Amino acid sequence: MPKTTRYENRIELLQGTLDLLILQTLQWGPQHGYGVAQAIRANSSDVLQVDTGSLYPALHRLERKRWIAASWKVSDNKQRTRVYRLTTAGRKHLLSERSRWTQLVEAMSGILNPAKRSEA
Amino acid sequence: MTSWRRNRDRELDEELHTHLEMAARDRVDRGEDAAAAAAHARREFGNILTIKEVTREAWGWRWIERLGQDLRYAARLLRRTPGFTLVAILSLALGIGANTAIFQVIDAIRLRALPVPNPSELAEVRLVEEVGVRGNFSSWHPSLSNPIWEQIRARQQAFSEIFATGGDTFNLARGGESRNVPGLWVSGEYFRSLGVRPAAGRLLDERDDRRGCPARAVLSYPFWQREYAGDRSVVGRTISIASTPVEIVGVAERGFFGLEVGRTFDVALPICADPMFGGRKGRLASGTDWWLVVVGRLKPGWTLASATTHLKTISPELFRTTLPANYPAISREPYLKLQLGAFDARAGISKVREDYSTPLWLLLGIAGIVLVIACANLANLLLARASARQREFAVRLGVGASRGRIVRQLLTESLLLAAAGAAAAVFLASTLSTMLVSFIKSADQTLVLDMALDWRVLGFTAFLAVLTSVLFGVAPALRATRVSADTILRGTGRGNSAGRERAGLRRVLVVCQVALSLVLLVGALLFARSLRNLVTLDPGFRSAGVLIAQIDLRPLELAIDARREARMNMVERARALPGVQSAAHAAIVPISGSAWGNDVWTDEAAARRHVSVAFNSVSSGYFATLGTPFVAGRDFDNAVDTPQSPLVAIVNETLAQALFGGGNPVGRRFTVESTPGTAERTFEIVGCVKDAKYMELREDAGPGAFLADSQEARGGAYAQIVARTSLPAATIAGEMTGMLADVDPRIGVTYTVMDAQIADTLLRERLTARLSGFFGALAALLTIVGLYGVIAYTVARRTNEIGIRMALGASRRAVVSLVLREAGTLVTAGLLAGLVLAILTARLAGALLYRVEPHDPATLALAAVSLAAIGLLASYMPARSASRIEPVDALRIE
Repeated sequence: MPKTTRYENRIELLQGTLDLLILQTLQWGPQHGYGVAQAIRANSSDVLQVDTGSLYPALHRLERKRWIAASWKVSDNKQRTRVYRLTTAGRKHLLSERSRWTQLVEAMSGILNPAKRSEA
Repeated sequence: MTSWRRNRDRELDEELHTHLEMAARDRVDRGEDAAAAAAHARREFGNILTIKEVTREAWGWRWIERLGQDLRYAARLLRRTPGFTLVAILSLALGIGANTAIFQVIDAIRLRALPVPNPSELAEVRLVEEVGVRGNFSSWHPSLSNPIWEQIRARQQAFSEIFATGGDTFNLARGGESRNVPGLWVSGEYFRSLGVRPAAGRLLDERDDRRGCPARAVLSYPFWQREYAGDRSVVGRTISIASTPVEIVGVAERGFFGLEVGRTFDVALPICADPMFGGRKGRLASGTDWWLVVVGRLKPGWTLASATTHLKTISPELFRTTLPANYPAISREPYLKLQLGAFDARAGISKVREDYSTPLWLLLGIAGIVLVIACANLANLLLARASARQREFAVRLGVGASRGRIVRQLLTESLLLAAAGAAAAVFLASTLSTMLVSFIKSADQTLVLDMALDWRVLGFTAFLAVLTSVLFGVAPALRATRVSADTILRGTGRGNSAGRERAGLRRVLVVCQVALSLVLLVGALLFARSLRNLVTLDPGFRSAGVLIAQIDLRPLELAIDARREARMNMVERARALPGVQSAAHAAIVPISGSAWGNDVWTDEAAARRHVSVAFNSVSSGYFATLGTPFVAGRDFDNAVDTPQSPLVAIVNETLAQALFGGGNPVGRRFTVESTPGTAERTFEIVGCVKDAKYMELREDAGPGAFLADSQEARGGAYAQIVARTSLPAATIAGEMTGMLADVDPRIGVTYTVMDAQIADTLLRERLTARLSGFFGALAALLTIVGLYGVIAYTVARRTNEIGIRMALGASRRAVVSLVLREAGTLVTAGLLAGLVLAILTARLAGALLYRVEPHDPATLALAAVSLAAIGLLASYMPARSASRIEPVDALRIE
């Protein structure tokens, strides 16, 4: 049953975190939509699987906000692909979002692991 | 937009397919077979259509798509009811078009800055107050003398550039009937300061403007095109101005008309050339000739306030230096106290602006009200449509459409109508505004306005379109959707409470229409009565059949003493012309805009009391020619009243009353104050005439005195003959031109028909009366249509009830009166509200009215009664059709 295994370890992405993941992924270089999805999946050891129904609206939304820019490139096997790259504004946004994320994670773990706090 | 949109769609398609292919290929690489890989990839991918849809949402144009949908739907609906659509668009086009046209004229004469670089820097230097200023004034606009201008140029520090200019009329003909064209006197800095470039040759500059300069002319672009067909070889040729050859040095750039909005110039001459054109030889050195307007560009950092402070500081020294030697002692003190100030000149100066601003704003207000009344009609129509579409809305609400969505849909319909109306209005407006401008044009005042549509006009039209669509669209849309789906779907739709409520709104609309039309009708009647008062008043003379000939004797270069002889000779010969009943010389023709005033007093009274008097210098026969009757005494007599005999004068009744307190003034004496030109003189009164208007028809006749032309030692190089004739003016003008050519072919002459000249002074009143009458009638018509619509609707809705009443024995007459009573209630409510509004707003028009009180009860009553009468007439038709209802048919409909 491939369908069920596909959702086995899947974590529902929090609102807004997909944007952050896409920007972070594009930091390593321009990439097309499929590549972004693959990279997120690989870098999260298959835990995070991006739904195409969320990926493309997110990419297009980020493009409208001018955090990423798109252009058509011809790939190695002569295929036309739409490639996204991070813009300067996008890089700036990524930095601020990343620090907000870190704060959130620290706050969350502080609440979820109260024992640690009392030890400290 | 749509093609770009389609492109994006295709790209998204391609992007998603590439994704699928790459996913499939990866699976093939991992060892799956091709068909399974493709199927898995697609399954993993999800619904491609849904993904496309949600991605498109991210583009953020959903609202545009919805708007497009609404527009398409609205257009389809409007096409389905072409009658309604046509009426709506047409009435909006008329309403918005009239408003736009009036606004266009206001924009052209009032709002727009001069078409020169950086107009906001321009400021005019003029007297803060014109008290104690003596001499000759040759402009409608407050102006300065040449010595004052030269001192300003030498002393001021507030302006980076400063120049002087004066308007005039130049005669291009060499003798015979004059060809007068609008001319300009300009200082050397003029063209450079305004940033004007030459279209051919060069423009005048400082080198051309030195005392004793040769006359050089710059032509305006339109004149160059008209007169020389744009021939570049005119540069270096000569043009004859007042019979003097003047070299043409160049042509000013296209679109430059000078500083005066509404007026243009054909020829510009340097100020220094003034002495070459005879007449008032000493205008350059004269401190009593006021003919120049001084304008400058403020230096960076200077404001009107700081420039005024600076000008006030230099004023005392400046006026001490320029005090004319011949100034009468009594006026010296006020002259030295004169002060200069800086005034905004970014929009130039304009006589039409001063004359027409108030009436145009008023007309814009009136046209605005007409538009509101038209909107009320449209709202009524839309309400009727909405009730017809109630089922549709109920169904849509029932299947889950939000109310907002339906309101938006209905508003889109209104907006589409308004936009179509506005588009038609823009075309209509250019015709209407041209008509309006040609209305303002008069014989001696050509009006040249740039009527180009600018952003202000288009913005105004767009604003009106949105405003009207809101006015007529919102209430029907909100009303139409305030229904509960099951009432409508279950009920029959007739006689339910929602329907009655809507009829209530329609009633309110009609009451408002009646009220507003009443206000407009009152206004129209007030203006019409005011105009009638002006046209029918007795001015103290009969202008019909009087021809005025202004004769230019300058080319003859007569000695001052010889001028009187020449004038008297020409008057004699004019009298002898066939068809001329009488003729005379007059220095000033009444209601021509010229004036001459001095103070007089009599030593007979115990205390010397100064009376300010309007003067004229006339020959014998003047009063007979103009038809002003004598009250006492005699007319001048060339044989008796000579330069050697004692000075005599004729006074009017008001002056006689003012000087001597009534009684026969003949034989008594009065003294005229000294002027820059003449010493104090005492006159003996030989005659007394009835009062007559002097400057304008609106004024009350004031004290007036007439001096004998036959005793006038000085007199200018002009003569002015007034002739009474029963023949057509053109015939007499032809004869007179022949006669003058016989005297000397170099004499120039210009003719004016006195009636026409006086009619021209009432242009403003005529414009206001006609347009307000037109708008008033239009408003009444629209209101009647609205009233008819509502009454007819009510009758249709009450068919049932009326049928029952008739079945129970109500007579036809009773039914008619039932309906008329309803109409009467609406009209009465409207009239009452309208009367209150009219009384509140009529005083806005007060300043434009002549001898009519803004609250004139007769006018209010007349407007109310006529509106009530046509209102009842309009409701009689539906009332009659109500009385023809067959009870059986009416009941069977249920």
